[in-house]
Amino acid sequence: MPTVTMTRHLYRFFPVLKDRPITVSAGSVAEVLREVNAIAPGFTDYVLDEQGALRRHVMLSIDEALVLDRQTLADRVPDNGTLYIFQALSGG
Amino acid sequence: MSNMILLGTRKGTVIFDRANGAWRPRPIAHEGIPVCFAAHDPRDGTLWSSLDHGHWGPKLSRSRDGGASWEDVLSLKYPQGARYIVKVLPTPDFDPEAPAGKPEYAAATVYKIWNLAFGSAGQPGRLYAGTIPGGLFVSEDGGESWELNRPLWNHESRGGDLFAGDATSENRWQGTPASIDYGVFEPGIHSIIVDPRDPDHIHVAASSAGVIETTDGGRTWQGRNRGMLNDYMPNPQAEWGHDPHFVAACAGQPDHLWQQNHCGVFYSDDGAKNWRKVSLPDAGVHFGFPIAVDAQDGRNAWVVPARADSERMAIDGGLFVARTSDGGQSWQAFREGLPQVNAYDIVLRHGLDVAGDTLCFGSTTGNVYLSEDRGESWECLGNNFPPVYSVRFG
Repeated sequence: MPTVTMTRHLYRFFPVLKDRPITVSAGSVAEVLREVNAIAPGFTDYVLDEQGALRRHVMLSIDEALVLDRQTLADRVPDNGTLYIFQALSGG
Repeated sequence: MSNMILLGTRKGTVIFDRANGAWRPRPIAHEGIPVCFAAHDPRDGTLWSSLDHGHWGPKLSRSRDGGASWEDVLSLKYPQGARYIVKVLPTPDFDPEAPAGKPEYAAATVYKIWNLAFGSAGQPGRLYAGTIPGGLFVSEDGGESWELNRPLWNHESRGGDLFAGDATSENRWQGTPASIDYGVFEPGIHSIIVDPRDPDHIHVAASSAGVIETTDGGRTWQGRNRGMLNDYMPNPQAEWGHDPHFVAACAGQPDHLWQQNHCGVFYSDDGAKNWRKVSLPDAGVHFGFPIAVDAQDGRNAWVVPARADSERMAIDGGLFVARTSDGGQSWQAFREGLPQVNAYDIVLRHGLDVAGDTLCFGSTTGNVYLSEDRGESWECLGNNFPPVYSVRFG
């Protein structure tokens, strides 16, 4: 099953996701994020806007490949893949 | 007398409590998160902060236990189908006379929840929120759900009903520089004034559009910018495209409204039907962002003047507050207790508030000052706060 790894900054808002493996069903990035949201309600409001698009300063990759479809998040996360959720870093 | 002050700051929400005659700040809430506006609902005591997460999108946060704990309120969203006509930031070769090209549309998403206002005592759950990109949202249930006010969103001055199809009129609202941080150039609603005599009578102000009024609870809206001057535009008296920095009204005399913008201080004593310029540049009263109005006498207002326009700092290194008691015919400058050398503070649009005879303001330099004699003398509540975005009495 795919796993999800994310920036630790999100644990502040969703402590339920901290220190645990997050495994989900294989599927599109959008479907994977919805599964994380089921564990941590409100999660998708942090990484997606109300149109379902990735927020401007959030980046995703499937293993080492950046997710390029930021609007519909249709890229598939394979069975043995990992979805990484990053934030762009900015200054003080 | 108010015993609470809420600051929205770049690093969280700061709450001051007044006890035994002294104002003391609590440990910061929403630590490290920019808070662009924080306010207290006088009807039920709920505290609200508008979080401006750089990465995770704008969020409302609510405390129903006086600030001991806070919860996310994630319900404020544009509905499916909400679109706007994209404004492009003018470039040096921009030609205002060139024929308009075909409009480009974008699906609306909330970039910033810039302002919150509360309904009347007879409408206990009603809240208002103004956003970038130019949405007025209304909640009837204390923030559990929000609805976009469509008549204002679909106004003919913005291209008409874009839910239904392409634009049927020209979009005459401009973008606010405050939106550029979000990678767009769109308008924002920063002022919402509910008439205490009639909750269906509301003024809102948008940067950069102007003042808009409804008298039927938001079913129809009319621009109220007559008398405004926009002296950097091709037509200074154009109906739209004004940039009120903040609009405030007298609670006891709601037909007295005030605003300050790039081109002066403006006052209306007829419910915004007519504005007149009342600034005195020779006295330093001209450019600035915040304005506060006395709750009883609408001729009384305060501003924190700044050096216009591209500098945006205290005038000649000295910070002062100016007050008028006669509808702007004359202004008095008060400096006692405020720094008069090496001061470079700017006070943003929500950064000044009044409650009775008490005023408070906070600057982007992190200085917070309080007056308990109607602005005539000031005490410093601290010099090392984060940049202050909003100040509101609780």
